[in-house]
Amino acid sequence: MKNDPNCKFDVAKIRSDFPILSQKMNAKPLIYLDSAASTMKPRQVVESISDLYYGYYANIHRGVYLFSQISTEKYENARSVVKKYINAKYDEEIIFTRGATESINLIAHSYGRPNLKEGDEIIVTEMEHHANIVPWQQLCKETGAKLRYIPFDDKGELILEEYDKMVSNKTKIVSIVHISNSLGTINPVKYIFNKAKEVGAVTLLDASQSIQHVKVDVQELNCDFLAFSGHKIYGPTGIGILYGKLHLLEDMPPYQTGGDMIKSVSFERTLFADIPGRFEAGTQNIEGAIGLGAAIEYVSSIGLDEIAQYEHSLLEYANQKIREIPQVTIIGNAKQKASLISFLLEDIHPHDVGTIMDKLGIAVRTGQHCTEPTMKHFGITATTRASFAFYNTIDDINVFIEGIKQVIETFE
Amino acid sequence: MSELNDLYQEIILDHNKNPRNWGKIDLPSNFAEGFNPLCGDKIELYVNYNGDKIQDIKFEGNGCAISKASASVMTTMVKGKTKDEITKIYNEFHQIITEGCNHDHYIDENLEVFCGVKEYPGRVKCAALAWHTLNDILKRIDNNG
Ligand SMILES: Cc1ncc(COP(=O)(O)O)c(C=O)c1O
Repeated sequence: MKNDPNCKFDVAKIRSDFPILSQKMNAKPLIYLDSAASTMKPRQVVESISDLYYGYYANIHRGVYLFSQISTEKYENARSVVKKYINAKYDEEIIFTRGATESINLIAHSYGRPNLKEGDEIIVTEMEHHANIVPWQQLCKETGAKLRYIPFDDKGELILEEYDKMVSNKTKIVSIVHISNSLGTINPVKYIFNKAKEVGAVTLLDASQSIQHVKVDVQELNCDFLAFSGHKIYGPTGIGILYGKLHLLEDMPPYQTGGDMIKSVSFERTLFADIPGRFEAGTQNIEGAIGLGAAIEYVSSIGLDEIAQYEHSLLEYANQKIREIPQVTIIGNAKQKASLISFLLEDIHPHDVGTIMDKLGIAVRTGQHCTEPTMKHFGITATTRASFAFYNTIDDINVFIEGIKQVIETFE
Repeated sequence: MSELNDLYQEIILDHNKNPRNWGKIDLPSNFAEGFNPLCGDKIELYVNYNGDKIQDIKFEGNGCAISKASASVMTTMVKGKTKDEITKIYNEFHQIITEGCNHDHYIDENLEVFCGVKEYPGRVKCAALAWHTLNDILKRIDNNG
């Protein structure tokens, strides 16, 4: 696929890798438009996990026998796959966690607590997921630091002049969402992080919604830390990534303590392991890591540029179709936008929209999307959100648009 | 849209559009708020209880069609009723939304529109919100004598 996205992108082949997409929901063919909440899993990911359990499973980093060594190798190989995918410098900079939420909590705990004090400031945006607000609020309570929010305008774009005024030598952490899960806005990370580096602040990118759609290069973007969840990039649930620059991670105390994260333990004291082991206490999510590695290899085999281009063509088509319905108001109209549409249907409550869509076999997300402050900006409590992934088709969007029309008809 | 008729019936849509007893009561004898954090549904319930009956009841809030219609229907049913009478209706309503309708038994015609709610487990809480909020008020009335 080079120029004509609808022609060359082999979506039928991709769909054949996702058996669940041929299922019915409420006796209707499933139209899955909730990939921003969680993506479906391709055969390759599921098989990487069954291969593990049926073929060579053993606990890692422990046994001297062959299966333990193979399991360890596969687990560590997944780390290298992630490292390559985000262009980190070293394997040790990749920490396996339970997900984006745990990654952010880990940074707040192990970087934030020892390094922040009263008078320091942390900057986030007003469009953060709760996962990138609440850990910082807790940290501020403990340290006396102050949490500041970059505002956004009615289109859903950050007001950078306000950010420019906010950054100072008090700024210690700048943590922002790359792509908003409720508005779809793609934020100008590079600008924001360059500015943060000018005052020596540490930067964290919440890549939960970008890692599966666009190229994320931690070195190019000036990320000190980066967080994402495996289940949003076609991988398993319960696994996530924390990337951290080597010199930062090396100085950080552990998040949890116990087995596997130590060098030596006596009754008097413990020597902690080097990174990344220091942050991977206890028996790890081996299947999660291996499944995530397989997911990233799958995405890479299709190609991020191709994915981005195809998904953008879906977004454009959906945008054009949905705008023909006069009752629709789109929430989030940033110029740079990922492939999701949050919207209102006059005064029809999103939960009624969701229920009617469900009966038609269409899975959309309704509610506040864990972004209550973002909703507040627009004076609303909920939206309906349709998000598109590379396995969605123009037909999916046609059914979705018909669904909207049926909702309106029902309420007429 | 035939599959949806069991839930989004004419009556529900009508109560949603023109909720009965919508508004506030100045100086109510009792007041309670109800939330459904899952949906962001919210109800404010105003009651004037004269020691024997609910003389007047009004509500405001925002929520989906199911929660709004349920609140609206509820207010029309409990106005002028004693606590015991209301408890009976509440029990019937609760049975309907959790277990569905058994048409061998008498069903209050006002409640019949909620027979389909059981098929939508995600929406049972929406239907129940107003009633739970009223229940909070009745419990407090109990405790005060
Ligand atoms: C932008 C963003 N950040 C963080 C998260 C939290 O991810 P998880 O619940 O997998 O930890 C999400 C998930 O919805 C998200 O969309």
